[in-house]
Amino acid sequence: MSTELIKCENVSFSYDSLSVIRDLSFSVSSGDYLCIVGENGSGKSTLTKGILGLKSPTKGKIVKSPELRSDDVGYLPQQTPAQKDFPASVFEVVISGRLNSRGLRPFYSKKDKMMAHDNIRRLGIENLMYRSYRDLSGGQQQRVLLARALCAGKKLLILDEPVTGLDPIVTEEMYRLILELNRKEGISIIMVSHDITSAAKYADHILHLNFEKSFFGTTEDYIKSPMGRYFFSEEK
Amino acid sequence: MIEQITEMFQHSFMIRAMIGGTLVSLCAALLGVSLVLKRYSMIGDGLSHVGFGALAVSTAMGASAPLEVAVPVVVIAAFLLLRISENSKIKGDAAIALISTSALAIGITVAQMSSGLNTDINSYLFGSIIAMSQRDVIFCSVLSVVILVLFVFFYNKIFAVTFDENFAKATGTKAGIFNMVIAILSALTVVVGMKMMGSMLISSLIIFPAIISMRICKRFKTVMITSAVVSIICFFVGLVISYLYGSPTGASIVIVNLCTLILFIIIERIKKVIIRK
Repeated sequence: MSTELIKCENVSFSYDSLSVIRDLSFSVSSGDYLCIVGENGSGKSTLTKGILGLKSPTKGKIVKSPELRSDDVGYLPQQTPAQKDFPASVFEVVISGRLNSRGLRPFYSKKDKMMAHDNIRRLGIENLMYRSYRDLSGGQQQRVLLARALCAGKKLLILDEPVTGLDPIVTEEMYRLILELNRKEGISIIMVSHDITSAAKYADHILHLNFEKSFFGTTEDYIKSPMGRYFFSEEK
Repeated sequence: MIEQITEMFQHSFMIRAMIGGTLVSLCAALLGVSLVLKRYSMIGDGLSHVGFGALAVSTAMGASAPLEVAVPVVVIAAFLLLRISENSKIKGDAAIALISTSALAIGITVAQMSSGLNTDINSYLFGSIIAMSQRDVIFCSVLSVVILVLFVFFYNKIFAVTFDENFAKATGTKAGIFNMVIAILSALTVVVGMKMMGSMLISSLIIFPAIISMRICKRFKTVMITSAVVSIICFFVGLVISYLYGSPTGASIVIVNLCTLILFIIIERIKKVIIRK
């Protein structure tokens, strides 16, 4: 039933002639929840850019299933400092996710507005709709950006460190919300994360990037693997 | 006073200054919102210094139409400054300062060596109310039509690129082209506005209205509209003051902007106190 959405075959990336990722293969199928973990500089961001099509691999190829059109993919990037005090209403931010399906048509249609409203409701931020983005807390801002990502695509969400800078309670809420989107609505998730423990708790597949040997497989296998054992040994 | 204002518009140079200045203020305010929010305000400042250098050198070399020389030079500078700001975030501000002071130094040296600091150079530095020619007014009109059309039809894309370039790129908007177009239009606005405002002061037209409207506006659309309105009103008040009291035009407009900013900060504070109660 589940079809393969994205398949990476022997992919390598390099930055300034320095190779960051070497010979990596993995795939994401519909309904999967994949967490990409690894230390700083292991190429998580580079790989994300590759999946989004912003950077082409130096070797190998990233194949997207024909079912996955560009307006099926939602993206939650890391926040920039300039964004935190941006004067825009929550609605303006959320509806900007619809742009990818507008093409050259300049104005939003009724359908776009309805979708924005639906996603605002879905993430429980109706009360914030007319507030200014800059007046929101970090967790609220992340929810707004998640609603925008849902406006951009409903089959696959790519989340780049979605809990950075959030307090533990809000972090937990965010993880729950993402899990719910995956389980209840069948949206595939690719999440870049620093937090290996939470990754193993929520995701069903893990990609651990490591320059020498990367791991890709189910979470169960990951915990049993030498790499996973290193992180989860105390729990055993 | 009303008599004096009606009298003011009997001079054709004042009508030109009025029309040209209003259009430049409008263009600068719209572009400014995007530039300021993207942390590119220094580009406006850098462009004006490069513009001065180019004008001074071409005047010294006896070019019949110095503006035609300045436009391509400043457009090229816009490309360059944008590249610097995009690629090397850490050293970007220093690099812009290096470029702008160098251009200024070369301009002043060449001008003084060739003819002495004449009134032309002085008016390029600090602006002049009589500087707007018929051709400048036509240039301003075309430029503002282009900018208005761009901001109306691509408003949503400009919002997306300004708010979150990474997201915009990832979802298929060509953010690089928008940055480039905005940088080039800023270059043109700076060159044409420089004659009246002076190259030392023109970047204020880009930065002040955006900062002022961001004090009290909470939505992007209202920020845009408010800064356009504020910019035009400040320009008009500054121009009238400059005419009535003989104060320098560019400087008067900047001071009016400054007063407006202070007023808006006070309004913002009062609003906060009221909301807390």
